[in-house]
Amino acid sequence: MKITLKVWRQANKDAKGSMKTYRLDDVSEDMSFLEMLDMLNEDLTTKGGEPVAFDSDCREGICGMCGVVIKGSAHGRYESPIATTTCQLHMRYFADGAVIEVEPWRAGAFPVVKDLVVDRSAFDRIIQAGGFISANTGSAPEAHSTPAPKHLADRAFDNACCIGCGACVAACPNGSGMLFTAAKITHLANLPQGQPERHSRVKAMVAAHDGVGFGGCQNVGECAAVCPKKVPLESIAQLNRDLFASLFKSV
Amino acid sequence: MSVQQKAVRSTVVKKAIMALTGLVLVGFLLMHMFGNLKVFAGPAEYNHYALWLKQDLLYPILPHGWFIWLFRIFLILCVVLHLYCALRLTQASLRGRGTPYVRRKRKEQTFSVRWLRWFGLLLIALISFHILMFTTGTFTPGFEYQFEDPYSMYVGAFQVWWVFAAYGVFMLLVCFHLRHGFWSAFTTLGANVGPSSRLTLNLLAYFFAALLFVGFLLPATAVFLGWVI
Repeated sequence: MKITLKVWRQANKDAKGSMKTYRLDDVSEDMSFLEMLDMLNEDLTTKGGEPVAFDSDCREGICGMCGVVIKGSAHGRYESPIATTTCQLHMRYFADGAVIEVEPWRAGAFPVVKDLVVDRSAFDRIIQAGGFISANTGSAPEAHSTPAPKHLADRAFDNACCIGCGACVAACPNGSGMLFTAAKITHLANLPQGQPERHSRVKAMVAAHDGVGFGGCQNVGECAAVCPKKVPLESIAQLNRDLFASLFKSV
Repeated sequence: MSVQQKAVRSTVVKKAIMALTGLVLVGFLLMHMFGNLKVFAGPAEYNHYALWLKQDLLYPILPHGWFIWLFRIFLILCVVLHLYCALRLTQASLRGRGTPYVRRKRKEQTFSVRWLRWFGLLLIALISFHILMFTTGTFTPGFEYQFEDPYSMYVGAFQVWWVFAAYGVFMLLVCFHLRHGFWSAFTTLGANVGPSSRLTLNLLAYFFAALLFVGFLLPATAVFLGWVI
């Protein structure tokens, strides 16, 4: 298939970027989106041009490293019916002769490093603030020593699925990282292990979220719609409930 | 600042303040709509209700005419808090949004949330106009300001075509603002516990928006068409 790509090119974080047009003639419909970008880069390198910088790692849709905005939606989620990341989006979902815009995540808290690569360390700041449980190191405890009710364990798991790709922020009209923060809050708040730090965690993570420059949530729902791991919107309501309760606790 | 202080000043708490003040204002609109519907009960009934509201409500706990001022101060406080939080959150959103996309596709975003902030700002202007007409009597198209006879003011005003048309637009903006606001307020306060509550809250938001639109437009339309004089 033949496609026309319009790719955001930006030399470094301080440079002014712009969309550049490229044409590819022999794209196979079985290629993943990243394989197609690899093909473009091979082509660019052979011709002595600068390859397009983009992030990728596992290419199995589980690591959270890749992610670009394709035809206006994060991971091209509005192009295919399958909830997955850019690396598992296949070219068969695009028409022959399609014009495809490729842009980096755009958010105040995610500055562009180069081309399609953005700095997502703002997410690390949020996790560092409290997205963990404090446990003594040593041998792993017996799995059944702390029973968790099935429905709560399921809810925790649905939220633990978050791979931190940043699609929620990219899709949010407010550049809010609430779905990411809420996924970790909901994951830990539904498990017995998360209880001792439940109140201090939510306060610290929300403070960190606002502090690193994310916007506030407006309950639009674009975040959950593009999430490759289907983290539900109601997790944000759980974060809110936990935060309000925590404000009356001294921890 | 301590973590507690940062959490108290967070976007989530500002949203909660917006939710609570917004719901108070929805409650006020429902009460206001009910009052307007009394136009159908005739001048005596309507004026009696209006004067009771302005002079006798909560008497003798409060002296004559005190309730309305306490209530106005409370409503103004709600509007000011709602607006202050909205401005601070908008500021955070503009910073959070960063460089705009060249192409952007939205699926979940509704018309009402897309225009929420702009409609909110327009509403301040329209509400001020509304107060200048019926409360202070500064601007009186089609009627004369009469404290004792608000029925004649209502009927006089809505016989003027452009007052009626502007009112229709005003109420449309209110209802669009409320459509997203109602669902968002309950979600912010933690009521969105699953897909079915998301559906319920959204349906309730549509219901209340439609109810208020019909409830406010019904007596005004009746006056405009000459069914009520």
